[in-house]
Amino acid sequence: MMVGAALVNNVILARFLGLCSFMGVTTRIDTAAGMGLATTFVITVSSMADWAVQRWLLDAYGLGFLRTVTFILVIASAVQFTEMTVKKVSPALFQMLGIYLPLITTNCAVLGVALLLVEGRMGFIGATLFAFASSLGYSLVMVIFAGLRERLALAQVPRLFAGPPIGFIVASLLAMAFMGFSGISTN
Amino acid sequence: MKTTTTKTIIKDGLWDNNGVFSMLLGMCPTMAMTTSATNGFGMGVATAVVMAASSLLVSAFRSRITQEVRIPVFILIVAAMVTLVDLAMNAFMHELYKVLGLFIPLIVSNCLPLARLEAFAAKEPVLPSFLDGLFMGIGFTFALTAIGAVREIVGSGTLFADASLLLGPGFKFMELRLLPPSMSVLMMILPPGGFLVTGLLVVAKRLVDLRAGKEIQMGGAHCVA
Repeated sequence: MMVGAALVNNVILARFLGLCSFMGVTTRIDTAAGMGLATTFVITVSSMADWAVQRWLLDAYGLGFLRTVTFILVIASAVQFTEMTVKKVSPALFQMLGIYLPLITTNCAVLGVALLLVEGRMGFIGATLFAFASSLGYSLVMVIFAGLRERLALAQVPRLFAGPPIGFIVASLLAMAFMGFSGISTN
Repeated sequence: MKTTTTKTIIKDGLWDNNGVFSMLLGMCPTMAMTTSATNGFGMGVATAVVMAASSLLVSAFRSRITQEVRIPVFILIVAAMVTLVDLAMNAFMHELYKVLGLFIPLIVSNCLPLARLEAFAAKEPVLPSFLDGLFMGIGFTFALTAIGAVREIVGSGTLFADASLLLGPGFKFMELRLLPPSMSVLMMILPPGGFLVTGLLVVAKRLVDLRAGKEIQMGGAHCVA
């Protein structure tokens, strides 16, 4: 299941979540890796929190219709919490991730994974592992794509295609490559 | 800051600053929901409604919202609008709701509404903000329908298939079959096709702009937050 979540149903290339950051911050490998790391942490933490909120608050009191509003609040606080923790525990890492942390709130991969968990009706351990594996897949693709774009920056691209369009086409090829993983897991 | 007329707002939203093709915002539903023109259209309309309503609200409350807490307030307003649309679609357009599924709540974390709130509705009066939200949304719908149409024609040879099922019996006339099933390229419906078509359509827009003698935009994806 973890391989399935990380590679086959990759959040970026198969489910199309988190594309803003995918196109936005993958111009250099180190920023992409930093963003991947921060997002991995936030996805895992907020999915655990969202799972608990869904189980004991929304389901218990029949408030399912407030799910979107509640989850976005939980995610925003998880991001804030992550920011404070990282700042306290490791100032060096905070320096590196600094500006990317607040951006994670509007990363749809975070909300998307949380909603997928609710729909999948998983147990707590399963949900945590799924969130962690999905976010690892996210980081992996971010770093690979950043590597490709670093090379792309040096290549001669026709003027009409320069910038985002060639990025999309490269992403398309990458998505095709990831489709090759689909035989690994039936999930 | 320059005064914005209704005409420029409409033009910006529909073409010049089109959310998808120029600003490259809101990429997630753009890719995921454009396997057919009908899905793209449905997604676009849902987003347009959310954008128009939340622009209106933010603009109406703009003097009350302080600088420090504006992002959380914007997100909450958008989330409330999304919840309304979500419930309404579940009630009245259940088939379409089932197809769009996960991506309706995800309008909250779509960068496009938030970007327009930050850039426009937070500073401008109510009516222009409403129009800006509305026409940005219509531009978004146009982009999604275009991408969906290309993918659907190449991928399965049809155009607006299932439109009657999803939007109502009145849309039966829109269902077309342009190519025989044997000519369809499954790849275009699958994820890689989404990236490919979007990339090529961005190029197409640049080409049209170039022909019209305009400077082409080289901008990339920039999320506000």
